[in-house]
Amino acid sequence: MFSLSRKNVITLVIFSAIVLTMPIWLKPLGAAYPGLMQKFVIYAIFAIGFNILFGLTGYLSFGHAAFLGVGSYTAVWSFKLLTMDMIPALIFAVIFAGIFALFIGYFSLRRSGIYFSILTLAFAQMSYSLAYSVLTPITFGETGLLIARDDPRAIDAMLGVNQSASGMPVPSLLGFELGGYSGFYICAVVLIVAFFLSQMIFASPFGMALRGIKSNQTRMMYTGFNTKPYMLTAFVISGMFAGLAGGLLAVTDPIAGAERMKWTESGNLVLMTMLGGVGTLVGPVVGAWLIKYLENIFSAINTNMLNNFFDFLPDGVQTVMVTVMSKFVGEGWHLTLGLMFVLIVVFLPGGLVEGTERLVRRFRRIAGPSDEPTGKMASGRAGND
Amino acid sequence: MTEATQNVVLHVADVYKNFSGLKALSDIDLQIVEGQTHAIIGPNGAGKSTLLNVIIGRLAPTSGAVIFEGAVLTGKSPHEINQLGISRVFQTPEIFADLSVLYNVMAPAFARRDGSFRIDIFHAVEDQIEIREEAEKLLHDFGLYDRREDHAGALSRGDKRRLELAMCLIQRPRLLLLDEPTAGMSRHDTNSTIDLLQTIKESGMTIVIIEHDMHVVFSPADRVSVLAQGQFIASGLPQDVKGDPRVKEAYLGGAVE
Repeated sequence: MFSLSRKNVITLVIFSAIVLTMPIWLKPLGAAYPGLMQKFVIYAIFAIGFNILFGLTGYLSFGHAAFLGVGSYTAVWSFKLLTMDMIPALIFAVIFAGIFALFIGYFSLRRSGIYFSILTLAFAQMSYSLAYSVLTPITFGETGLLIARDDPRAIDAMLGVNQSASGMPVPSLLGFELGGYSGFYICAVVLIVAFFLSQMIFASPFGMALRGIKSNQTRMMYTGFNTKPYMLTAFVISGMFAGLAGGLLAVTDPIAGAERMKWTESGNLVLMTMLGGVGTLVGPVVGAWLIKYLENIFSAINTNMLNNFFDFLPDGVQTVMVTVMSKFVGEGWHLTLGLMFVLIVVFLPGGLVEGTERLVRRFRRIAGPSDEPTGKMASGRAGND
Repeated sequence: MTEATQNVVLHVADVYKNFSGLKALSDIDLQIVEGQTHAIIGPNGAGKSTLLNVIIGRLAPTSGAVIFEGAVLTGKSPHEINQLGISRVFQTPEIFADLSVLYNVMAPAFARRDGSFRIDIFHAVEDQIEIREEAEKLLHDFGLYDRREDHAGALSRGDKRRLELAMCLIQRPRLLLLDEPTAGMSRHDTNSTIDLLQTIKESGMTIVIIEHDMHVVFSPADRVSVLAQGQFIASGLPQDVKGDPRVKEAYLGGAVE
């Protein structure tokens, strides 16, 4: 049970330390406030789950934001109808996202390659449109789903839990109300558990079968593996991770809106995973953190700040620079993101993790006599970072 | 045939296969006896690959049936056929190029042990000592042990073929199907493959070899069936078949003698 190789245990310990000390090491980077750190942690969970599908089986889903959205809506409904406690909210978020993924996966996995991607995209866009229109009684369309003081909250009422006398009720864990830092630490623990689960999947025969599907599906079938249920399971698991992330988004901020299901959100997820390194354990986490961090910086920059920054330039040049640069910041941050993505895909096809590995290898070769065996597997790429 | 008393593993019964009017196979009746090596030879275009695909379930016969140890294979999917005990080597090696050589051999062992679908995330692949040792031993026998940590995609063509054979053998199949196991090999590799086949055969494995090069199958085969234009024109012991004038004619297009 729960057997992890030594290397995986070390990775897990280091990973946990990094996640839990975020408030310390993010301070010099100016990102150590709870709201942002919660995002880092939650989107890392989202990316880890996505990587179980895309990284292991090679099936590129363009619709995972739909599962995130389902998770958020479910969690908020649990807050409204049952209790402000986060545990039922997360459990329902994971279950509903899983059921939803089972449905979408069942149909989408009848095709492979680009057709699979398009099918998932179509399903996700349908869900997004439904959330905006037909399902308004459930999703509250454009307004978004909010909690209110006079929601029924059957379990809370039954147990006689009293919400704080003033203001909106706050999500809680076993009676303890969640705020900024406590919210972050709860999410951090969930991320560590999610990372551990992904490590186990990567190292297990199940993970090996998924990698076999990516490598050669024909051989898998003629080797006696029934590939369909394997892929569907991977799809549902990654959908459940997305639902968990969506549920946590609702726990840290109890509101759910349809824009979370939009295709740009799914696209961002693909970028995160590819930026960090598809099929590696920590790659998606690194990618998620980097993109959320840069998004935070670039989208906050405005024309004034640019004017100040380019103050040293002659007047005419300054105007030109500010005009050009302003297209890449604020609302235009996606332009920067796109540019970054192009550079990564062209120059670092394996993502940042592989790029770092390559750099380390080159450094070692310079530092000492070449004892690095060429063409070796980095021990399965599974248990390393 | 005098094989009635022996245990027939595979029976291809009165199989016909038409491709939009074109007769690819007609009146094919074939019995594979347990423990024997049966070679199906024939010139290019004789229908060998079609026959193999019918056996393996990739193509459905127009009429007739394929029966393996009492089970009808027709209509079954590839993984079901494999789980019944048939492993197949392809003409161009089908391996897991992105996985290590060791994992390539371990994966089929999991399919043998766990069936066609099982979710187990609580036991790491690395901890499956029994399967690992079995795979390592097999790789040792196949001369691939030193390369067990390499990507299988980095192997030479000959090594890939041997790896694929090892992947089939670790499943301990009841029937091993080989599709032109020496196609595209150098003479040296061909000879070592023939030796390897001889060893496998001596372990008591039932083997069907599809081949167009008669030289390859002559020594390991117990029986040879010759396919030409979708029909068997001769069947019997290798030396008898070799001397059959119809076989010579099929191979040389009747342009000589």
